[in-house]
Amino acid sequence: MHQSPAKSSEAPLRGFIHLKVRPSGWQLLTLVIALLVLVPLLVLALAWSEPAWDIWKHFRETLLNRLILNTLILVTGVSTGTLLLGITLAWLTGACNFPGRKIFSWTLLLPLAMPTYVLAFVFLGIFDYSGPVQTQLRGWFGRDAWVPDVRSAGGVILVMSLALYPYVYLLTRNAFRTQGKRALEAAQSLGCSPAGGFFRVVLPMARPWIAGGTTLVMMEALADFGAVSIFNFDTFTTAIYKAWFGFFSLPAAAQLSSLLVAMVFILVALEQRLRRHMRFAQSRITPQSERIQLAGVRRWLATGYCLVVLGLAFLLPAAQLLAWSLEIFHEEFDSRYLGLVSHSLILGLLSAILIAMTALLLAYAGRRHQDRWTHGLIRTATLGYALPGTVLAVGIFIPLAWLDNQLISLSRTLFNVEITQLLQGTILIMITAYMIRFMAAGFKSIDSAMHRVTNNIDEASRLMGLRGIKLLYKVHLPMLRGGIFTALTLAFVDVMKEMPITLMTRPFGWDTLAVKIFELTSEGEWERAALPALTLLLSGLLPIVLLMRETDRD
Amino acid sequence: MTDNQIVLELKQITQAYGSQLVVKDLSLTLTQGEIGCLLGASGCGKTTVLRTIAGFEPLLDGEIILNGECVSRNGYQLPPAKRQIGMVFQDYALFPHLSTFDNVAFGLKGMDKATLIRRVNEVLELVGLYSEHARYPHEISGGQQQRVALARALAPKPQLLLMDEPFSNLDVTLRERLSMEVRDILKEYGTTALFVTHNQHEAFAVADRIGVMHNGEILQWDSAHNLYHQPASPQIANFVGEGALIKGIVRDKGKVETGLGLLDGIMTASTPDHTTVQLLVRPEDILHNDDSQVKAKVLRRNFRGANIMYTLLLENGDKVQALVPSHCDHQPGERIGIQPDVRHLVVFPIVLQKREITIRTA
Repeated sequence: MHQSPAKSSEAPLRGFIHLKVRPSGWQLLTLVIALLVLVPLLVLALAWSEPAWDIWKHFRETLLNRLILNTLILVTGVSTGTLLLGITLAWLTGACNFPGRKIFSWTLLLPLAMPTYVLAFVFLGIFDYSGPVQTQLRGWFGRDAWVPDVRSAGGVILVMSLALYPYVYLLTRNAFRTQGKRALEAAQSLGCSPAGGFFRVVLPMARPWIAGGTTLVMMEALADFGAVSIFNFDTFTTAIYKAWFGFFSLPAAAQLSSLLVAMVFILVALEQRLRRHMRFAQSRITPQSERIQLAGVRRWLATGYCLVVLGLAFLLPAAQLLAWSLEIFHEEFDSRYLGLVSHSLILGLLSAILIAMTALLLAYAGRRHQDRWTHGLIRTATLGYALPGTVLAVGIFIPLAWLDNQLISLSRTLFNVEITQLLQGTILIMITAYMIRFMAAGFKSIDSAMHRVTNNIDEASRLMGLRGIKLLYKVHLPMLRGGIFTALTLAFVDVMKEMPITLMTRPFGWDTLAVKIFELTSEGEWERAALPALTLLLSGLLPIVLLMRETDRD
Repeated sequence: MTDNQIVLELKQITQAYGSQLVVKDLSLTLTQGEIGCLLGASGCGKTTVLRTIAGFEPLLDGEIILNGECVSRNGYQLPPAKRQIGMVFQDYALFPHLSTFDNVAFGLKGMDKATLIRRVNEVLELVGLYSEHARYPHEISGGQQQRVALARALAPKPQLLLMDEPFSNLDVTLRERLSMEVRDILKEYGTTALFVTHNQHEAFAVADRIGVMHNGEILQWDSAHNLYHQPASPQIANFVGEGALIKGIVRDKGKVETGLGLLDGIMTASTPDHTTVQLLVRPEDILHNDDSQVKAKVLRRNFRGANIMYTLLLENGDKVQALVPSHCDHQPGERIGIQPDVRHLVVFPIVLQKREITIRTA
């Protein structure tokens, strides 16, 4: 080594500075956004430093066993239900042919537009004791006729399976569509019967996608607050709500939340593993155009089955909502309703814009820095989709309330001004929670658009004399426009439908459509909840249209 | 089993998608150990024939006989699983969730574990992939995937092996090497096989018998040599190999008068004198000779390394191609001397109107 002494003493220092002390602006920004996710998690973990023993005692005596059991029953039941519905529907529309197949293949996604709590209350409205179905049955078979209890574990599992099966359906259908028939033929040429080939090859091949959809469903089931509240089915989410707003113990709510987070993270780890598998398994498979032609009775059975699922999950509830809305329209359509709509719209638009902007920054950071650290930070920053709304509400309220109190006492000592609330009176807490919860959807759409802007495109533009702002304006923005629009739409609709965060952290006077639905349904006022629910349903159709445009409609 | 026992027999099979006939009255036979090939442009129905033999598509008319047993006729289809036919799919259709070993073992039934392992290893060794047995399809190269697909299809010792465009997903060099390897493997096993391709080099390299397909029909079912030297129609002459059809008139028994002069050779079809014909001239039929009386103008020059393919304009306006050693270097526009050396006089009488005389270039 022939180095001058000065150089050799300087070099390691420079390297050190470069590596450890001077991350780029992009990386710092990513770190800040990732902290938004990490701080609430940390706060929840720290909540165990002073356990709320009195409340825990009460919980343990009365609730805790039931909570755990209920949560387990719900997650197992809903994942089984969505698996059965999702796989069968995906196979029929993805690899077979029968009358109505083309229409079903995209209409079966429509239940995604219906929030679980909306489907839940419409179901109770139709099938509960006082609903039209049971009344009719009593009319036919007498007062003592046996009917299954709708407000039961079975009921809530059925409702949530109907609302959530599209996750499994969507992913699995793509897998079946690209490899279903060909795999089955290969198996047959090796001596398998068609049924044997289905179970030995087609299902195992689609396993990463099926499992990926199912983990998403499990997360939704763990996070669900609205539907289980309506069914009075106590799970961790409702218990968190009750601990805070019933027992007024924020620490207990935080401790319950941390337990829920632990369960969620098992699922997250599982999902991340599956994603890697999906990437591998996807290689070198070409889409097939041929389908299995169903013949005779079987094709009409297929049509009937799809129709029944679609009817129960979407057509019937939508029709019922419409009928109720028409009934109560003249009473409910007033300035109060419009106020709710405007709150939902303002929150939705504001958060959507913030989410899209942040997601854009994250995507650029990921493009600039391909290292492990930046990618880890980005993954953390977009982890919020897995955190239940109730958990986030608690995890964000605690640090911001603390900050608020610090500011208040600061203003008291410095300026001798007495204020009671600073941040807590604003929508800041809600918006932050929304951003964390729905960042993933926005990031995914913008990032996939960003992947199309390759380095070669940048270089080609530079060769033609485009640089800086002009490059951004003339090349990047037009290419990213679609992704940004999708991000805005997804985030907007997610925020519109969001219930627990809004319910738990809204400042006084900020009721939204979802909050109104919660209040009305907790009093059993199904009809009056129909108008806000229908409004949400219509807005929920927006992303379905986007999704349909992206998925293979054939 | 004797060597010339018939394994596969297609008897005038006809097939349709809706009202569109895709295979018409097609017949062929393959004897034990023979490798057949259906050669044709995409959409000519060749893959449909393969899928019908495998049992994936029903038959409108005709019969498919496999080792003496009718497996397909109108209204009857033996299920694919019961035919003992192996198939290599165009995209290989390897099972991505199974390792190489498990992919190959997939079709093996009714044997104990030790026999199964021995059998799989034997086949993997045959295709040279024994060392890759634990890898998954996405972890091996395209050429290796192709060989796994072949091994998987061969492992259950099928009565017949079908291959659908087996080399089309590979790059050119690999395609050439693998096509020869596959022929060696099939011959070593004595496997009767039928494959389809649109690439005549593949067909020549692998097959014993080739059927040139067009619009759902086989135009000629013959050996590669005969297809090239004795094509049955101008269409086949155009499709198989390079060369040109030039005008000619048959003169006193077996001679043809053309723009190249009066040619003498073995006449493939007896044609009466004074018939106007098209004569097939292959590029190797034209020799370069500066002393020759016959002159032609160089229109195009295609340097190929060892030789140069010239497109030449004869004085009567006909065009021919000549494959000439590359030290004879001439530029377009030059006039050069050529000497015809046509052994087989392949002639097609011009029946209806004067046909456009076509030239195929590589």
